[in-house]
Amino acid sequence: MSELDFTPRPGGATLRRQVLAQARMEARLMLRNGEQLLLAVVVPVLVLIGGVTAGEHLALDLETSRPLVDIFTPGVLALAVMSTSFTSLAIATGFERRYGVIKRLGSSPLPRSGLLAGKVGALLMVQLLQVIVIGAVGQLLGWTPEPGVLGVALAILLGTAAFASLGLFVAGVLRAEATLAVANLVYLLLMAGGGVVLPLSAYGAFGDVVRWLPSGALGEAMRTAFLDGGVAWRDLGVLIIWAVLGTALTARTFKWE
Amino acid sequence: MRYGDKVAVDGLSLTVERATITAVLGPNGAGKTTTLETCEGYRRPHRGAVRVLGLDPVRDRRDLLPRIGVMLQGGGAWSGVRAMEMLDHVARLHAHPLDTGMLSERLGLGECGRTPYRRLSGGQQQRLGLAMALVGRPEIAFVDEPTAGMDPQARRTTWELLDELRRDGVTVVLTTHYLDEAEQLADQVHIIDRGRLIASGTPEELTRGSSATVRLVVDQELPVDAESALRSSVARWSTEHGVGVRSISFGSRTLEDVFLELTGRGLGHE
Repeated sequence: MSELDFTPRPGGATLRRQVLAQARMEARLMLRNGEQLLLAVVVPVLVLIGGVTAGEHLALDLETSRPLVDIFTPGVLALAVMSTSFTSLAIATGFERRYGVIKRLGSSPLPRSGLLAGKVGALLMVQLLQVIVIGAVGQLLGWTPEPGVLGVALAILLGTAAFASLGLFVAGVLRAEATLAVANLVYLLLMAGGGVVLPLSAYGAFGDVVRWLPSGALGEAMRTAFLDGGVAWRDLGVLIIWAVLGTALTARTFKWE
Repeated sequence: MRYGDKVAVDGLSLTVERATITAVLGPNGAGKTTTLETCEGYRRPHRGAVRVLGLDPVRDRRDLLPRIGVMLQGGGAWSGVRAMEMLDHVARLHAHPLDTGMLSERLGLGECGRTPYRRLSGGQQQRLGLAMALVGRPEIAFVDEPTAGMDPQARRTTWELLDELRRDGVTVVLTTHYLDEAEQLADQVHIIDRGRLIASGTPEELTRGSSATVRLVVDQELPVDAESALRSSVARWSTEHGVGVRSISFGSRTLEDVFLELTGRGLGHE
């Protein structure tokens, strides 16, 4: 066996390399976890296929002349962003606190800001994969997207910011098991009644309320970007408000250990 | 250092020389981990000052962290991460990491490199924790109970490794409640109990002491009442001759005797 030389030669890698390493590591772990993968890819794809086929059978009336797949696919993309940025992040972070991962990384050269950047990087990597898979399934179902690139990018980024800050808030104040339960429950409630997959018109008068939820705002922003190629400034503004609120709550309450 | 009203570590003062092994010895709950975590910048001392490499562990944390290696008492890895994947990840956060293949081989982690963390044995998790503390080539390694839960062979390997670190110029600060570990390994031993430093010195100094020791070796098993009979004879002799008896121990004097004398309690299994 060759000799190991322990002579001190300390130093952190460049911040960019550290953040990239952290992001790739977290993304890999997220995709390796069966339940997380279910949430990230399988559920959205099933919702998309189920929504489009059932909607056609039931002759669902969404007060629009567009094919159902054109309305559902952007909504399912919004759902994917929500599931990763909120539910997956909250659960993963809750267990990281429990297992001492955050404490351990706290004594490594990676600063807290780098850890946070790594988490956001991991979310964006996973979401890119989700967009590719869901987009492909949508196209198989006849989706012909004409996206406004700015609108889509802003919706994904601000949706990620809003939901990730809320996810970290939940993970920071609750124990890991409670985080698991709450993150899944909120996800189910918002998926069913939060205006993500179905447009506001499907909610009747209740739509005015749903629009102020982060889920409704993200869904609308995504549909506007894909259906009209536009930028839904009002809905993006709602997402910014949620992001500011979530960040403030997290900053006040989050404990790294 | 306080938690609420409870003072966990009080007025503890100790200095560590470079390229030595320092053992902080004490029973469970004595304040060993608190002492270490204060040096690592996890906790801010309520009163007093801590300097590590001339830096304040809390204020200068960002400058200090790349220069130290930390082994926590447990955990510190994702449950689904593979052993080598975790070690490689920590290596990537450093500028000049050790070769992770060689390091894991050295620590006997070769065959469990692809095993998820949650399925590693306690001893394997300990060794991975040690590897993570060392991979960044730190100037100081703080290791919290490095051999807890290891089998004798793994303990021996770990001791050899810590000895090698010292030879290569790394400063090692370890906590332990194993007396033989402190005795065999450490240049300096600090015994703490209930948050207070009660004795410091080299293992030799601590076991030698300033007073004379009389050793009585008998040629048979002692009858049950021998201890009390001997004690009363000694007490009589002591009064007659005006010589104070600090302790009477049955068996051979070890570091454990010193500890018992000082704390009145055994280690770990009270």
